[in-house]
Amino acid sequence: MSMTLPLPHVPPHVEERTNYLNVDYGWKSWLFTTDHKRIALLYLFSITAFFFVGGAFAVGMRINLLRPEGVFQHDTYNKLFTMHGIIMVFFFLVPSIPATLGNFLIPIMIGARDLAFPRINLLSWYIYIAGGIFALTAIVEGGVDTGWTFYAPFSSTYSNTHVILAAIGVFVSGFSSILTGLNFIVTIHKMRAPGMTWGRLPLFVWGHYATSMIQVLGTPVIAITLVLLGLERVLHAGIFDPNLGGDPVLFQHLFWFYSHPAVYIMILPGMAVISEIIACFSRKAIFGYTFVAFSSVAIAVLGFLVWGHHLFVAGQSMYASMVFSFISFLVAVPSAIKVFNWTATMYRGSISFETPMLYAFGFIGLFTIGGLTGLFLATMAIDVHLTDTYFVIAHFHYVMVGGMVMAYLGGVHFWFPKITGRLYPENWARIAAAVVFIGFNLTFFPQFILGYLGMPRRYATYASEFQVLNVMSTMGASILGIGYLLPMIYLAWAWRKGPISPQNPWNAKGLEWEQSPTPPPTLNFVEPPIVTEPPYNYSGEEH
Amino acid sequence: MDATLPAAPAHSAELKHHFDDAAQQMESSTLGMWVFLLTEIMFFGGMFGGYTVYRNMYPEAFASTSHFMNVTIGAINTGVLICSSFTMVLAVRSAQLGQKKAIIAFLILTLILGCVFLGLKGVEYHEKWVEHHVPGPSFQYEDAQYVHQAQILFFLYFAMTGMHAMHMIVGAGLLTTLIVMAARNRFSAHWYTPVEMIGLYWHFVDIVWIFLFPLLYLIGHTS
Amino acid sequence: MGVFDIFPPRAATSSIQVDALYVFLLAVAGVMTVLIFFFVVFFAFKYRRKEGDPMPRAIHGSVPLEITWSVIPLMIMMVMFAWGTKLYFEYYTPPKDTFDVYVTGKQWMWKVQYPDGQREINELHVPTGRPVKLILASEDVIHSFYIPAFRLKHDVVPGSYQTYWFEATKPGRYHIFCAEYCGTNHSRMTGWVTVMDPAAYGNWLAGSATGSMAEQGEKLFEQYGCVTCHVLDSQGRCPTLRYVFGHPVVLDDGRTVMADEAYIRESILNPNAKIVKGYHRDIMPVFQGQIGEDGLLQLIAFIKSLSPKTPGTPAGATGPEAGSSKQGTAKQPQKQ
Repeated sequence: MSMTLPLPHVPPHVEERTNYLNVDYGWKSWLFTTDHKRIALLYLFSITAFFFVGGAFAVGMRINLLRPEGVFQHDTYNKLFTMHGIIMVFFFLVPSIPATLGNFLIPIMIGARDLAFPRINLLSWYIYIAGGIFALTAIVEGGVDTGWTFYAPFSSTYSNTHVILAAIGVFVSGFSSILTGLNFIVTIHKMRAPGMTWGRLPLFVWGHYATSMIQVLGTPVIAITLVLLGLERVLHAGIFDPNLGGDPVLFQHLFWFYSHPAVYIMILPGMAVISEIIACFSRKAIFGYTFVAFSSVAIAVLGFLVWGHHLFVAGQSMYASMVFSFISFLVAVPSAIKVFNWTATMYRGSISFETPMLYAFGFIGLFTIGGLTGLFLATMAIDVHLTDTYFVIAHFHYVMVGGMVMAYLGGVHFWFPKITGRLYPENWARIAAAVVFIGFNLTFFPQFILGYLGMPRRYATYASEFQVLNVMSTMGASILGIGYLLPMIYLAWAWRKGPISPQNPWNAKGLEWEQSPTPPPTLNFVEPPIVTEPPYNYSGEEH
Repeated sequence: MDATLPAAPAHSAELKHHFDDAAQQMESSTLGMWVFLLTEIMFFGGMFGGYTVYRNMYPEAFASTSHFMNVTIGAINTGVLICSSFTMVLAVRSAQLGQKKAIIAFLILTLILGCVFLGLKGVEYHEKWVEHHVPGPSFQYEDAQYVHQAQILFFLYFAMTGMHAMHMIVGAGLLTTLIVMAARNRFSAHWYTPVEMIGLYWHFVDIVWIFLFPLLYLIGHTS
Repeated sequence: MGVFDIFPPRAATSSIQVDALYVFLLAVAGVMTVLIFFFVVFFAFKYRRKEGDPMPRAIHGSVPLEITWSVIPLMIMMVMFAWGTKLYFEYYTPPKDTFDVYVTGKQWMWKVQYPDGQREINELHVPTGRPVKLILASEDVIHSFYIPAFRLKHDVVPGSYQTYWFEATKPGRYHIFCAEYCGTNHSRMTGWVTVMDPAAYGNWLAGSATGSMAEQGEKLFEQYGCVTCHVLDSQGRCPTLRYVFGHPVVLDDGRTVMADEAYIRESILNPNAKIVKGYHRDIMPVFQGQIGEDGLLQLIAFIKSLSPKTPGTPAGATGPEAGSSKQGTAKQPQKQ
């Protein structure tokens, strides 16, 4: 049956074993920590805070969209959607799973005592906070209104808002992302325990490895793009200004060269979490492990070759557009492979329905819809109609929110006992998961319809015939908001007052569950682990 | 029950607790530095991309502006940097052999050469400033028909060489730190990782210049 | 429009074609979604854990299955790719005899000019049954000219001309939206395209003529002194402009380019960029910054009129597709 190694029994009401949480107290022990688990928690709190900041902007947007003539001034609305995008993309989605769950779990999953560069790990958090301060300053000083895409020449010459402050915030936070990726790559290469071969790595690790490749190679390009934009704004040398001989479309190429791979930075960790959850709650090894592992790498590589699909109507050559469209279809294949393999894992499994698994089901359904609608946008003639409409917004919210955020919540619930040593209330969590699923679909499905009907995005006012669907979307958003607030409440409660968790509440496989105490001590293990079996060995078969 | 470490091999002061042995630590540092240099390639790559686009778009303007590139200073600087990479290699070699005085001497030489480079760069930039070739409100260009394209090309020149110079300045700071560390006996034949890592960084900055010099100064140069 | 309509009105030949492709995509996506949902729900139910269940046996994978479910979706996607590419090339490659309308976007309005000089703000009138080509220019930032009823849009990029074409089919009034964020009043940069049957259109055109674009362009041609070289000069310092537009031009570096709208615009703003074979650089003055987008379009209309096939229509398509025959429903242009 369960392959958990025996650990001494500790009755819950007796004085707690020393773990990474209680080994030291005080703000210095947190702000100067080099323990990857504490750094993960530092990130967890700051990322959650930014999520609600970004969410507040979304609330403002959806209120404005209740009426065709709008509610706020146009400039205000333009700032709302810009700040919503900047905060959500750069300060929530990009770091979310890697900096929290990745930081916490990767060393433990591979049998290491910490990441390769613990001080750089802490530095990456400070850099993230510094970037966040610049972004928040831009907000407090009046906001930015260029859209999170900062297109020139509007952003370089025409906008009167705090473009440079916001660009600095994004630039700085990019280095946090680069350092995290660098740390993961070196750790995974060099710090695996004896017997932890590449073929035995949990898919969570494979997914983060692929993500790190993109972080390391792609992020510097947006860094230099924003530098050039900032310099242009100050010096007006003309690099993006057609009146001075520059090419505004060059900005778009440079911007999307990073920002398309960035979306794979955002989704690959989510897929990585789902692999772990599906295996555990089907009590079965992932079907097609090798294919799932390599599909992560394939997505990372192909993801660098498709940026031009954002420029089909921008003035790009038709032949270039054709190449980008073709490769965009290719990159859909590895994603499809993952979905099929997860489904096949459930075949003849033993399925249970705890909250993480409910989020995983939600992910599979919503990511499928989101990914399929991406194919619509890869189809050039359809993209001509749909680009810059609400269809695109619905597409990326399905993959990012319906996919990524649900994976994040699923992962947070799955590893909550490991991180906190306590159990969350299962019934409240299931209710919240259902509320999130329903609220999400009510919010974003109408937007597919709005998009095909022709409602453009970034519109503070809209044609009156679009009102019914917009109102429906706003109603959905309020339900979704409740769905997000619920976990804040019950998870915070459970951390202080929840029942003490046993060593392995899910009877899951994996070094983090089987050989690292719950919660882990600072150096993760009591004895250095040696790996002798394949991953997800629920059936206890071959070694 | 507390989390005691298993009986570990005698750790020297430099071996961090999360590594099993010195070899693992060294390999990790090396891989980490190579990955970082990869990010630097991508960072500079964006500017090289912009340069390629505009050079192809405005070949005559490019030919015109290349007339104003100071090939003499550029060539001297190239020689200076190549020598500095050589002295850096010697510093690493000295570190491998545990020769403290030699390490310090070669690091100081490298630092001096780096400062010579920056000084000459300063002279060059001053020259450009006086000629009104710095993009911005004071920009002027001798050939009116190319004034806009020239400003873009000079903008890219300053962006690329300026970013390179900033990396040199950071490198100078790192070298200073190494000199102080060496003076305090931090390095030995058993552990000299920072010297080697910063050596890699220094070589990379040198290689970026090896690309910049021909692209900006030599190709299409007319006197 | 009823509350359950998911399609905008279909008012051009492109509309039904795009909708057909969309329905195909919906069908594929729908089938795929239903299949996944079905299997997940079915497996979750059928294999739900019950008390006393043994641990499931591992099934590590099946390469044939992986190949199958990679190749089949890939093949379906290739159909999507081919279909979408074909339609895309069609809409962005105007046929030979189009009725040209010039659209200039600026914050936050659309200025529409017709060959015979009619001008409108935020309104576009087009006839049914005739291919219309839009030549799009921007005076400031990037905009996008979007007509949902035609299923078409293209970004409007400062510093260059962009085009697309359509053939309207159904009289009525349809939305024009700006579809690239351009600042404060981006959402108010909207307009209406009015499609009229040919007779009504002819009446409308006649009723609002003010002096054709070509005539206005001719005035500019004299005002800026172009006439001194390009018409009156007997020393041959500059090429004649008769029969230039729409024909290939050989340059001094051996290249041959098509003299389209973009070429004329560049020749005015940056004459030394391309020198016609047999002529010299630095002779024509540089007009960058002296003539606005409106004036440039009028000059272009005038130069077009010096290469008459029929007034106001170009002799060839722009860009590298020039010369290749395109299918489409191009009909004989109507006399104004």
